[in-house]
Amino acid sequence: MTNLTLTPALALGDDALVLSHRLGEWAGNAPVLEEEVALANIALDLLGQARILLSLAGDEDELAYLREERQFRNLQLVEQPNGDFAHTIARQLYFSVYQQLLFDHLATGGTELAPLAAKAVKETSYHRDHAEQWTLRLGDGTDESHTRMQRGLDALWRFTGELFEPVDGLDAPWAALHDEWTTRITALLERATLTLPQGPQRGAWTAGGGRQGLHTEPFGRMLAEMQHLHRSHPGASW
Amino acid sequence: MTTPRPADTPAVPAAARPTEWPLWEVFVRSRRGLSHTHAGSLHAPDAAMALRNARDLYTRRSEGVSIWVVPSTQVTASSPDEKDAFFEPAGDKPYRHPTFYEIPDGVQHL
Repeated sequence: MTNLTLTPALALGDDALVLSHRLGEWAGNAPVLEEEVALANIALDLLGQARILLSLAGDEDELAYLREERQFRNLQLVEQPNGDFAHTIARQLYFSVYQQLLFDHLATGGTELAPLAAKAVKETSYHRDHAEQWTLRLGDGTDESHTRMQRGLDALWRFTGELFEPVDGLDAPWAALHDEWTTRITALLERATLTLPQGPQRGAWTAGGGRQGLHTEPFGRMLAEMQHLHRSHPGASW
Repeated sequence: MTTPRPADTPAVPAAARPTEWPLWEVFVRSRRGLSHTHAGSLHAPDAAMALRNARDLYTRRSEGVSIWVVPSTQVTASSPDEKDAFFEPAGDKPYRHPTFYEIPDGVQHL
């Protein structure tokens, strides 16, 4: 598995798998029970996407549980730790708007990903709506929630350029998608009385390289937690 | 924050902050043609979020095609103390039940 080639299914499957695990970490820790169920639902939607996508790329269990950090091809955005609730919502907002735009495009194409994209885009629309509703409420809520929401948006901004780096084998109008993404995020943040972060999205001081297997420090710890059961008890079943 | 609040995000009632969100009653219609049935209750900061929480809590196993949420404070309930006065008089009036008719074959949902 060391010579795993980057395919679109692997890249998008890893995005879904890793974000699903991060959202799952809220189980037992969310601010209210209702929100815990909402985040767990989103996590399970993403896990379903990951299973289909990784099955296109190979054996789903082997890919999820037996790869090393450098063999994962997910975006660095999705591996970022949850932080506070506003930080998680900022990550959800950036990712779900991107994913909906990309899946909308893929659903109309003739690739092997089209059926999955057509089905997943409905889930993704709900994920986006969830993130938008919370962005509006936190941004236009109390001074404290406004500050935290802005801090989450600012902190994750440097990971957003990577969303629109072309992926080998994935035919998409990346620049146009990026423009549309920026338009939507800008409009929403304005409604939420928040400010679009001003930092760079590309070049020095930004993140990137997830698709090449380069990951940030917290990712290793997350993988250890995600994989240890399977690695400790190979072949175990319920 | 001087910008007006967006129209679809009503303010959280001050009494509900910061510790407790208001309670909402959830009604779910399981399929077309049936009426909404009380499914349970939940906490949410406002109606839009209550609807979304209800979707996640009560329809995640495809239980419904339509949801209503109602603030619990808007529900007026009959008092247990008045149970006899309210309900017992109906107990001995079987002629109010439509059980004296022959039901034609093929009629469903009765």
